[in-house]
Amino acid sequence: MRRFLAAGALLIAAAALPAGTISKTPQHDYDRFEKKLSKDQSILHALNRLTFGPRPGDVAAVKKLGIEKWIDVQLHPDRLAENPDLESRLARNASRQETAGKQGKQVAPAQYAQEKIYRAVYSNRQLQEVLVDFWYNHFNVDMSKGADRNLTPAYERDAIRPNVLGKFRDLLEATATSPAMLFYLDNWQSVAVDPTLERRLKGKRAGRGLNENYGRELMELHTLGVDGGYTQKDVTEVARCFTGWTIDSPRQQGVFMFRPAMHDNSEKTVLGVDIPAGGGKEDGEKVLDILARHPSTARFISKELAQRFVADDPPPILIHRMAQTFQQTDGDIRAVLTTMFESKEFFSQGAFRAKMKTPLETVVSAVRATGARVDSAGALVNQIATLGEPLYRKIEPTGYSNLNAEWVNSSALLARMNFAMQLGQNRVAGVQLDPSRFSNKPSAAARQVLFSDASPQTLQAIDKELSAEKRKNPRRPPPSGALIAGLAIGSPDFQRR
Amino acid sequence: MTTRRVFLKSSAMAMVGIGSTPAWLSRALYAKDAPSPRKKILVAIFQRGAMDGLNVAIPHGESAYYDLRPNIALPRPDGTEDSVVDLDGFFGLHPSLRPLKPIYDAGHLAVVHAAGSPDPTRSHFDAQDYMESGTPGIKTTGDGWLNRALPAEKSKSPVRAVGLGPEIPRALRGPKDAVAIDSIESFQVRNPAGAAAFEKMYEGTHDQILNGTGRETFEAVKLMQSVQKRSYTPAKGARYPNGKLGQEMMQIARLIKANVGLEVAFTDLRGWDHHVNEVGAKSSVGQLANLLTQFGQALAAFYTDLGDRMAEVSVVTMSEFGRTAKENGARGTDHGHANVMFALGGGIKGGKVYGDWPGMQREQLYEERDLAVTTDFRDVLGELVAGQMGNSRIGEVFPGYENPRFRGILAG
Repeated sequence: MRRFLAAGALLIAAAALPAGTISKTPQHDYDRFEKKLSKDQSILHALNRLTFGPRPGDVAAVKKLGIEKWIDVQLHPDRLAENPDLESRLARNASRQETAGKQGKQVAPAQYAQEKIYRAVYSNRQLQEVLVDFWYNHFNVDMSKGADRNLTPAYERDAIRPNVLGKFRDLLEATATSPAMLFYLDNWQSVAVDPTLERRLKGKRAGRGLNENYGRELMELHTLGVDGGYTQKDVTEVARCFTGWTIDSPRQQGVFMFRPAMHDNSEKTVLGVDIPAGGGKEDGEKVLDILARHPSTARFISKELAQRFVADDPPPILIHRMAQTFQQTDGDIRAVLTTMFESKEFFSQGAFRAKMKTPLETVVSAVRATGARVDSAGALVNQIATLGEPLYRKIEPTGYSNLNAEWVNSSALLARMNFAMQLGQNRVAGVQLDPSRFSNKPSAAARQVLFSDASPQTLQAIDKELSAEKRKNPRRPPPSGALIAGLAIGSPDFQRR
Repeated sequence: MTTRRVFLKSSAMAMVGIGSTPAWLSRALYAKDAPSPRKKILVAIFQRGAMDGLNVAIPHGESAYYDLRPNIALPRPDGTEDSVVDLDGFFGLHPSLRPLKPIYDAGHLAVVHAAGSPDPTRSHFDAQDYMESGTPGIKTTGDGWLNRALPAEKSKSPVRAVGLGPEIPRALRGPKDAVAIDSIESFQVRNPAGAAAFEKMYEGTHDQILNGTGRETFEAVKLMQSVQKRSYTPAKGARYPNGKLGQEMMQIARLIKANVGLEVAFTDLRGWDHHVNEVGAKSSVGQLANLLTQFGQALAAFYTDLGDRMAEVSVVTMSEFGRTAKENGARGTDHGHANVMFALGGGIKGGKVYGDWPGMQREQLYEERDLAVTTDFRDVLGELVAGQMGNSRIGEVFPGYENPRFRGILAG
């Protein structure tokens, strides 16, 4: 009854608008989140969201284990043995980086990013790696900014990866005290506004006063969200609390240190909470406590997660339930994810294929779907940059957008198609695909990489092109199944997960 | 028609309010007939790494320049090959920029000195970001000034905004369609069978987002095919230098001449961060000289190649900040503040060095070390956005930019 009324109201509103404007108004069509998925759809959906895309055999494996059990295992990565194929590749990449280091060369982001590809393709702990990608992006650091070239690998290894399924407060602390973040958002140079202090510190390359960058992004991007209910005054007060949180020798392997001489020791008020004078390093800790437990943070983080795992516009009721879990468990990320994965909205038509793959997901899912072997990931790293997502090189602290629109533009789309054809023809450097794996029957070959039937439009286009080719060159052997797989990977069907 | 003129007029009034109505705008407003609708084109070049503007457009009339740079200053103009190419008796060009002198003399090259960002940062990262987002001091701006500068009317061309290179540059990112073109030849699905199949798939798909972008993409591809088919020889013997900038400027010229609806293009040249050995054995050779040779030749070839078409085209150059007034101990310079910008084109009122010269005496320098900024980089870009691109909504292109002071670099 309520739904009927709402639909009626919408009709009336639409009638009052001139034609053409209707499609542009954002429509919250949450009905589709009530519609269930079939068993097969559910399995494919879970694999598409909790992993970097299914490999041959994954669908059957999840079916055998049961979806609930499989999700539970993914939520506890320490119970999963790691893939030896991954470990050997990581070791090789590490020794290459070490050699470069001995020659005095810095680790280039593109070299370091190869590790990310190996993990995404080969790790058995797929959800963990998806979450590392999510949380790194949430707490983005640009590796091409000065000292962050050296500091980023440790940031991801020590601050992000161990905390992706833990307590949000711990993750927040780890990023707040990480040299990479302190450098990236300039907090290491932030000094109490006190003219005598500034003069005293000049020789130590301190900044020229209070720097609000970290304080602002901490609230806007890391915790409360832009509409989370803070003011410019709060930004300044938070920045004052974090003065003195700095780095010892950032240009080498910097370490976090609190430098009392830089700290503003007067009283502060953050979001209405008084922080008495003389707190020292504790001021920053108190701010992290306040922010991690703020209801806006519970909502903001829940929404971001739902946008990554469910849909661009997730139903508010789902966000509400996730935020409740967040607050009841003191920000237990695993518990929030469990609430989401157990929800009917997650396994609904509204979520199914609702997300556009990011460039990373596109490239890695293609490699996984074809069962190709990655001997060297350099070319894949470059591909991902060409598709629009240079890894570890997002300049803005916002990270890459969670939303579909970020990834759809002409040059990126062409790059996706070209990559798909290259892979189908086995022409990606460092990547070996076994063409004999693929059926020569178009519908079957497409199914091998899509893990469901291709759309009629996609199949028709493939059929039509194959027969056109045959007419033009009757004596040439028909295209291989791998090439058909390439066409399917470049199709609209493969661009969503 | 009426509405458009009313709109123009009211935004012009807003500009009168801030004290500056360029001649072109009043003429456009009060003309009986609207000017020709042919699209004008803006090309932006970013010199990444912080170019040493003081050794590019040299204040040879400033004695402090020579006091502060005993080892790296360019010799006062004396007609020899190594000395400054004089422009106006006070400023002159680095001798490697000699190819630009005829353009200056023809009145099509304007130099704007002591230009830069009001933000004090000396971080390459932040300063480039601010200059490309067009919002100094604000890190979260998602789109770039050049994307916001594109007039809102729906252009038919899928290649109205082009970034040369594999990725869409920061300045061009945003809601309006912009494409990254690594090279004209590479903008296609390389496998012909694949191209035909993909076009059909995206044309037929029920996926609305992919259907829309797919159609636009294949329209752009077709447009580029027409360009790809014709081999390209630059006109009037113009010779683009080897290297990234020369080749990319040639691609831009090629797109302009192909009349595919290009409105803005963006390219960059890296490597200007000369802390050590900015100059070689003598000040007219070395790392800076090499880059300037490439830069000057690329601009001059572009100007020659386009010929009469330069009437519609403006090129503007920028670098994130300048370098210290004083040389350092390594025949180089460190991160500073103000820099120099060039504007080149048929519509540019050139043959002149613009800007208020702040001087280089110690007390005149910013923080007693760097050339002070007297022209906001947005004063230059804003004038081009309004006058060249016809988008007078400067407040939307540069949010937070409050007191535009256009320098009048565009001819009326």
